[in-house]
Amino acid sequence: MSINLLRLFSSRNATAPVARERLQILLAHERGLLGQPDLVVTLREEILAVVSRHIQLDPEKVTVKLDRGKTVSTLEVDIEVPNGFETMVRDGRRAAAG
Amino acid sequence: MAKVLVVTSGKGGVGKTTSTAALGAALAQRGESVAVVDFDVGLRNLDLVMGAERRVVFDLINVVQGVAKLQQALIRDKRVENLWLLPASQTRDKDALTDEGVGRVIADLRTRFDWVLCDSPAGIERGATLAMRYADEAVIVTNPEVSSVRDSDRIIGMLDSKTVKAEKGERVTKHVLITRYDPVRAAKGEMLGIEDILEILAVPLLGIIPESQDVLRASNVGTPVTLNDAASAPARAYFDAARRLTGEQIAMVVPAERKGFMNRLLGRRAA
Repeated sequence: MSINLLRLFSSRNATAPVARERLQILLAHERGLLGQPDLVVTLREEILAVVSRHIQLDPEKVTVKLDRGKTVSTLEVDIEVPNGFETMVRDGRRAAAG
Repeated sequence: MAKVLVVTSGKGGVGKTTSTAALGAALAQRGESVAVVDFDVGLRNLDLVMGAERRVVFDLINVVQGVAKLQQALIRDKRVENLWLLPASQTRDKDALTDEGVGRVIADLRTRFDWVLCDSPAGIERGATLAMRYADEAVIVTNPEVSSVRDSDRIIGMLDSKTVKAEKGERVTKHVLITRYDPVRAAKGEMLGIEDILEILAVPLLGIIPESQDVLRASNVGTPVTLNDAASAPARAYFDAARRLTGEQIAMVVPAERKGFMNRLLGRRAA
């Protein structure tokens, strides 16, 4: 009760929510920068390794991009696949089965 | 089994030394044997807060370098049995500490005490990394204020990567201790609340120490606040925190200041 009344009369001074929001945004960035400096490099290597098990790829034509937004971050993976890769996969399977 | 606990924060002036002394004395009063170790080489202050500044003969660096034995450097508290201080050097610089030397001293302390509380210097440099290096647990002292919370976050990252435990793939048990908390200002939205801080740092809460003049009173006379006035609000909060360290489950409350009759009448906050 007393707390609610306090809130009512002091909304002008409620700077704590601002502090909280500033910290959340700042730390989301700092954690990404300081905590895992090679995150994008690691992701790129591992994604490349997994896809390469099934499709022959040119490692130069794989791009991984990480965008940190205020509320949502996006991971963009762009892999250029050579034409006719489906037949390559089928041939690979047949070879493995035979 | 001995536990090595680092009291750390990143930011200076948030209450690391006060908290080391208060928690160390509280644990010792509960019958645990405790060594408090000052890692703030060049700017030692734990001796002063503990009231042992005139009894320092040898220090941590003397022991690390083999000039003195551990028994010669440890200072026994005159008020509480089982409470000992290993002071830092005031004259040397932090480079006199080596990783290997600190490891040896900590291993030796482990055989003699139930608790080894390492008072970390501020910052993220060598002194701070060595203070946390061999820790099993960490108390991250945080003020409800943006720069303190940011620095605590940074220190948490270091505890998860630069400690011996982290390098072995284990985890340092982390606790947040919120100091200088003013419940009235937090309720008004003028100060970060407990929930805000915990959500941001994502580390369990060890205790909430209210802003209080009793803390300065205790350091003025060189007595840990838990010894100086055990009934004061900060002392009660530290006692609860010490019990939580030993594994007890205690409800989290912010102890209130005792109000004088006139203050109560006038609805004023106690001084």
